[in-house]
This record gives sequence, C-alpha cells and structure tokens, in this order.
Amino acid sequence: MAERRVKAASSYPLNMFTRTLAQSPRAGMFGMPFKLMAATLVAAGLLFAGGQAHAGKKDDTLRMAYDQAPESVDPYYNNVRVGVIIAANVWDTLLYRDPLTNEYKGQLAKSWTQVDDKTLELELRQGVKFHNGETFDADSVVYTLNFVADPKNKAVTQQNVRWIDKVEKIDQYKVRIISKEPFPGAKEYLSTTVAIHPAKYYAEVGPQGMNAKPVGTGPYKVVDYQPGKAITMERNTEYFKDSPKRQPTIGKVVIRFIPDRQTQMAEVISGGEDFIMHVPKDQAEQLKGMPNLQVLSGNTMRIVFMQMNILDGTPAPQLKDERVRRAIAHAIDREAIIKNIVGEGAQILNTICTPSQVGCTQEGATVYKYDPALSKKLLAEAGFPNGFEIDLAAYRERNQTEAIINYLQAVGIKAKLNFLQYAAMRDMTRANKSSLTHQTWGSNLVNDVSASTPVYFAFGGDDITRDAKVRELLDKGDRTIDPQVRQSVYKEALGIIADKAYAVPLWSLPVYYVANKDVSFKAYPDELVRFWEMSWK
Amino acid sequence: MLAFMTKRLGLAILVALTVSILAFLLLHLSGDPALALAGEGARQADIEMIRKAYGLDRPIVVQYADWLWRIMQGDFGMSVYFKTPAGPLILAKLGTTLMLGVAALGVALAVSIPLGVLAALYKGSIIDRFCLAIAVLGQALPNFFFALLLIMFFSISLRILPVSGSGTWQHFVMPAIALGYYIAPAFMRLIRAGMIEVLSADYIRTARAKGLPARTVIFKHALRNAIVPVVALAAVQLGYLLGGSVVIETIFALDGLGYLAYQSITFKDYPVMQLIVLLLSVLYVLLTLASDIANAWLDPRIRVS
Repeated sequence: MAERRVKAASSYPLNMFTRTLAQSPRAGMFGMPFKLMAATLVAAGLLFAGGQAHAGKKDDTLRMAYDQAPESVDPYYNNVRVGVIIAANVWDTLLYRDPLTNEYKGQLAKSWTQVDDKTLELELRQGVKFHNGETFDADSVVYTLNFVADPKNKAVTQQNVRWIDKVEKIDQYKVRIISKEPFPGAKEYLSTTVAIHPAKYYAEVGPQGMNAKPVGTGPYKVVDYQPGKAITMERNTEYFKDSPKRQPTIGKVVIRFIPDRQTQMAEVISGGEDFIMHVPKDQAEQLKGMPNLQVLSGNTMRIVFMQMNILDGTPAPQLKDERVRRAIAHAIDREAIIKNIVGEGAQILNTICTPSQVGCTQEGATVYKYDPALSKKLLAEAGFPNGFEIDLAAYRERNQTEAIINYLQAVGIKAKLNFLQYAAMRDMTRANKSSLTHQTWGSNLVNDVSASTPVYFAFGGDDITRDAKVRELLDKGDRTIDPQVRQSVYKEALGIIADKAYAVPLWSLPVYYVANKDVSFKAYPDELVRFWEMSWK
Repeated sequence: MLAFMTKRLGLAILVALTVSILAFLLLHLSGDPALALAGEGARQADIEMIRKAYGLDRPIVVQYADWLWRIMQGDFGMSVYFKTPAGPLILAKLGTTLMLGVAALGVALAVSIPLGVLAALYKGSIIDRFCLAIAVLGQALPNFFFALLLIMFFSISLRILPVSGSGTWQHFVMPAIALGYYIAPAFMRLIRAGMIEVLSADYIRTARAKGLPARTVIFKHALRNAIVPVVALAAVQLGYLLGGSVVIETIFALDGLGYLAYQSITFKDYPVMQLIVLLLSVLYVLLTLASDIANAWLDPRIRVS
C-alpha cells in the first residue's frame, strides 16, 4: 500500500502545488474550532484511503459539495457564488468573455454593433433551443431583460441590470439594448451575468417557477432540484454547436449543499464527493498528500485593501495627515504576508482594482515598499513619535488582519481588532464610525474597473476619502465609451489614490480547489466552475 | 385536574408569546436585514428599495404586531431568502428533525438504561464510577467534536456509513448517536437514583425472598417502577433535541429544521427564523406541558401544589 501511495503522489504535476489558496466569503461558524481536527482527519484518511473506489468516474457523475445554498437558481434572484456557477452551466448569455484572453465573442448573439453611446444592436443566433423545446429569438431577450430590469420585479442582482433602460425587438433575430446613460460596462455584463430565459415559459411561471424548474439554453440542464439540499444537472446533448462554450462531456453533475467545511473534506477523502472549493490554505496543503486527491489553486478577482476614514468627524483624525497614511502603507510587509499566510498564488497590488479589469493599471502608481524605519520617521514627522492607538475593523481572513496588526504594532501603531459581519462593518463605514478597515472586493466578477474603484472612491456610501478630483475622473471613465480615453482617466484617478495613500492596496486572494484525481479541471480567476470543460482522466 | 391543566396551558401560551417577542427583538437588533438581503454588490439606493419592498422601514412594534396578526390568521409569511411560503418550507423539514430527535432519544435511552441499572446495582463501586464516567463524557464532549470523531471512525476508517446527507436511514445513525449521547447522562442519573431507591424498597426484598431470579427482580419489578420519571423527562428532552439539532444537522448536512435555522440565520431570513423560533418554543412548551400533566397523573402529590 505504501508503495502505491508514493507512486500516486509523484504522478501529480508539481506546478499544481506551487500556487495557492483562498478563503470563502463565509469561513463558516464552525470553521475555527476544527483546525485541530483537520490534521487528524487527514492523517486518518491517509491510512485508509488506499483501497478507494472512485464512484464518480464509474457512473459518469461528478459530485461537488458547496457550503452555501442559493436562495433561488434563477440567476437574477440570488447573489451567491454557487448561483453564478449554476447559471453559467445552465444558461447562456448574449456575449461570451474568453476567460484567458478576456476577448468578447458571440454566444446567443452572433454579432453586435455600438449604434450610439447608449445603444447596442445585437444580431441573434438562429436555431438555438431552450431545454424545454422553446425556440430562442428576440422575444426571449426582450422579455427577460425588460422583466429583470424593472425594479418592481425585485431582482436581487440590481447592479447587473439597473443600467438597462429598455430592450427593443427590431426583427425576429435582432434586438437593441438601450442603456440609461452611456455605459461602457454593458458588454461585460452581457457576457457574464445577464442570462437569457425562454420568454413564454418565464412569462408563465415567473422567477418562482424558474427556480422550481429551471430552463435555460446552456450546456447542462437541471433534472432535479431540491432547494437547500442538492441540484442535479445532466449533459445537454443538443447544446448548440457554435457556442464558444465547449460541448459538455461529463454526463451528470450533482451539487450538494454541505455547510460545514470539515464535513466537505471528510466527503472528498472518503470518496463521497469529487470536488470542493474555497478550502482554507493550511487544510488544502495537508490534503495534497492524499493519493486519491488533487489540489489546485488559482488567483481570483477578489482584491484586499485597507480603507482609511478621513472624512470630517472620523474617529481617527490622525489619518487625515498624508504622512500617517503613507507610514501605514510602508509598515506592512506584503511579500512576507503573502508567502506565509495568503498563499503564493496571490498577487501584490499597488492600485485599488483587480489587475485583469479593463481600465485597471498598476503603471505609474506610487509603490509603498516595506520600510518600517521610514514608516517610523513619517510618524515622528507627523507628530506621533510614539505611535497611536486605532481601531481596525475586519470581516474575513482574520489571520491576514492579525498579521497586519503585528506589522503596525512594530512601528508603534496599536491597532485594536474589531471583527464583524460584512453587513455590520458596512453599516459602520457608512455611519462614519470606522477608522481603518480591512476590506475585500470581488467586483461581482465584472471585469471592468467601473465595478471596483468607483465603489470606494466615487462618493458612494463606502467612499470615506471623498476626493472631488478622483470622483470627476472616475465618473468620466464610467460614462465614456472610447477605450483610450477611459484608460487614461482611470490611470490618473488610480494614480492620485495611490499618491495620496487614500487606501493601502494589499493583494489579490487565491482560491484552493480539492478534487478527485480522476477529474480533469482548470482554475480561472473568475472562480467559475465550468463543468462543460471538465472531463474524466 | 382541570384547573391545573388550564393554569398550565395559560402559562405555556404566555411563555411562547414572550419567547417570540424576545426573538423578534433580538433578530432586529443583530443587524439590518435589508443590507443582508441586498448582498455585497448593492448600492445605497438598492438597499433603500429592498427596505421599502419588504416593509422593513416601519417601526419594529408595528412589524411585530403585523407579523403576529398574520400568524393568527394562518399566514406564516414568505421566506425572503428562498422566496417561498415559510409555513410549507418549515413543515417540509420538520419530518427529518423529528426523526432525528426520536432516534437520538432512542440512543440516549439505549445508553443510559443499562448504565443506570448497572451503576445502581454496584452503587459506590468502581463499576458505578465507570458508568458515570461514560455517561458524563457524552455531556463533556462538545457534540460537534464528537460528530467529527464519529465521521473519522465510521466514514473514513471503516467506510460503512455515509458522511453527510439525509437520503437513507444510514444517514441518521451518526447524527442520532452524536445528539443522543449528549443527553444520556441526565437519564442515566435519574435511572440510577430511581433504581437505588426502588431496590431498597420492601417489595423488592419480598421478591428476592420469594426466590425470584435476580434478572426478574431487576428488570420486571425494579426497573418498571424506576423508569416512570424517565417518561416525563423524555418529553422535555425531546424538545431540547429538536432545538439542539442546529449544530448536528449543519455538520451532517441533514436537511432538517436545524439546518434551515442555520441557513436563515446566515442569510437573515427573518420570517423563517421567527417562525422556527416560534414553532420550537411552542413545541418545547407543549412537551413540557405534556410532561407536567403526565407527572401529575402519575404522581398525585404534584397536583396539590
């Protein structure tokens, strides 16, 4: 048995292990006390996993476990990650963004033209059928988009649809989408989150019926759905051949909702499940030793940074001094934290946006190198030779926050941790009661800078620095269609934010996947699990 | 007896009502439901819209009164998370939780009765201590930890039980053990005390003097009498088991009321949370009431006070 294990372990491509982790939006209320158990679980698994039978490959069924259940499978009525994963596999969007090149391709639309600043005309593909046999045409697009964009219909993902003013049918296979204002992000949304429903069926059953019996055009069709428990999908054998999504090969996919991470781990170890994601770094690393498992990691779009409240009435007026803000940025050794805690797949950031986003750039931005001596000097110049006390609010990746606190302590800044729920931290920020906050932002997967930087710097509720010049530039970028102009105004805005040290850019979060070794799988920064691309080895 | 029951019933209703008020207040104090509903990507305007749409902008007293009035009319509200009526949603999960509760009770009795009897027979000896230790261990071990030990042993080492889910009876074995072991000590002590008392009674001496075999004396004569208070305790403990299954159901991904409670807490699903709290408190109160009445019926001394 020992021999076999060694052989299996050495057959893994090594580069899979050199990348690293992420944590989920919710680490789970039962997560922490089990750290100790995890090691024992793994050890026990190692001893007994030898004679493992891989049920998944045998019955052509990929079993995935996920910790959160979506409130609805209708893509417009949930805002959890697994909802996005189900949506991408069961539904199609008008456009498609290639995850490697970030280039747009036609999916349900064949081609598109920008008629004017607010109008996009799309030529639709013919011969596409929904899972229930309904034909896809202009009516599907018109009905779906006009329905979800109407605030009366209470779509949960407002940010994905509120830019749509109306959608018009030109002929059976041609539509025009008109936005409320010039909206350069339109193609981004149309290629990621704006799924198309069958008009007749959706009109008949509404979002509730769509949740009970989901119908899309995608590579997988839902055959059984038990809310809060499990969803079963089957390969769509009639999936349209011209789709940029590959034809699916795995016959069946079952996603079960298992809230507890240790239970999920026990399931993959015992062969009950084939695939889990968002596995904490330390535990994923231990699972690497298992002969029946593979551990994969990849970068994500989620960025991590620290916000500093410099509004009038801030509980921490010392942050108003630019030298203090710079001192904080210089105090943190980002490289060391990434290496030891975050994981090697993470990327250092110098601006507050996701590097893959259109309009996001690190170029020309002031870089704050780790330099505790300079940090202390800056603090002394600002009148704080002995440092000061400050509150630091955080809501996830507590181990990272604690590392930051230690680095701040080293230059004399005594940060007191206030660990909260996301909603509570957000309330605090919006009520002008926060000082330092350890923030993260996933941009809802939108690969355009308008989905990240403006949230924190365009005078919205979460903007606690409020620089008028920055807002002006961001607003201009958000409403300009010309890519060159956008690029340059965003660059200028990001430059000012970095130069004035309005926030401390930290790193992007990686994510860990653990899968049965029979599964062939690729990780993408958008954290989408593309079942249609997966296969058995 | 009738006066006693009426008084108890009135008290029970008051308790349930108080619990529901407390639950309602605490849930609203714990954070803004509109924020949670809107999710991470929402802007202020979206949140305002959601707040209005769900009536969360009204004063809390009005919200509570409105809720109670609807409940009394049989309208249990809509789950704001699952977007389905809360009543049927909860009802659909109740079966799993009841099954788990009864199975756990079975486990508790299966562990505590032999241990209690053994401890009473060898009162004060090493065996007594040992039985007590086994029972107390159940209470001392946090049940989530014990649950993981069970998973390691039965699912990973032996591979004879499924780790999680609720499809077959096998899925209930580990959750029932994890939950039942925790309440075993209470029964065990009760049985031990009862047995010690009964064993020193005159009629046991008579039975022994008659030359009956020890087994008949212990199980037929003594245990039958010692077990009476256990019946009453079982009713109360079942109430505890229904409420206490939140952690166990979450670990084993059992699709019951406890798991639903966990989900509704995570997603601030107020209507569902309130309904679960109300249902559990009513069940608990009813079970306590049943045990009071059973006790009073079995033991006239209680009725007097």
